[in-house]
Amino acid sequence: MSKILSIVSTAYRATQEEQDDAGLWVNRALVNGGAEIDLLLQGSAVNYAVARQDPTGLVIGSVAIEHPAIPPQDLKALQAGGMQVFADATDIEAYGLDPEKLEPGVQLITKGSIAGLFRKYEQVWQW
Amino acid sequence: MNNSITLCIMDPPYESANTTTAFRLIDAALRQHIEVNVFAFEGAVALTVKDQMPHPNPVHGTTVEEEKHPTTKDLVVSLFDLAESMKADLNWVNCGLCVDERGTGNFIDAARRGGPPDFLQMVQSSDTTLVVPTRRD
Repeated sequence: MSKILSIVSTAYRATQEEQDDAGLWVNRALVNGGAEIDLLLQGSAVNYAVARQDPTGLVIGSVAIEHPAIPPQDLKALQAGGMQVFADATDIEAYGLDPEKLEPGVQLITKGSIAGLFRKYEQVWQW
Repeated sequence: MNNSITLCIMDPPYESANTTTAFRLIDAALRQHIEVNVFAFEGAVALTVKDQMPHPNPVHGTTVEEEKHPTTKDLVVSLFDLAESMKADLNWVNCGLCVDERGTGNFIDAARRGGPPDFLQMVQSSDTTLVVPTRRD
């Protein structure tokens, strides 16, 4: 099985209607199936790495979303399964995020070094 | 080389140029007798729904017959027909959980229901895989 780098760059796409971020979910399913995948967060998806965020509590009319996606928890689970998680440091700064407040284990890389990162993988998928 | 490719598509019908691009890639591959695996994920599971209906165009002043505009399911059926004529395999899997939550279970007979294990198997058996992202940034 080839080594794969998955890139997720759009954040919070339907993460209240869905139970998960679709990109994170499918990658976790593939890893569970034996695929070797690492993850790069870019664009607005770098917000997923912020450790303390709470998307719970939304109520639409009388319907409560009781189990929304909680991305940093998903990142923890992915890391526990052996996945390396990278985040684009340039986008972290652009979104005004504090690197000290990110989920432990998320590796920051600069945009300039992403091409080099790609060379370590046999396939690169963008979700 | 297995002479096969896998595509993962995610955009729902009528929302993105990605869909047309994916259809054109599939068409081009089949015409070169390349086996094509398609994993339709998220909104793309709606591409093959049998209940799609063409409509007249009041802005153009045309009837359904005059407008003669295929729905996405018609295009996918046509790709299956092309595959048969090219003696190439087209395998189309709709992600089952995505189908359930979108209520798109009434899809064309040539497609089948599956999940990430099917996508993984497609990836492992193909020469290359293209994931078509549905980016909004």
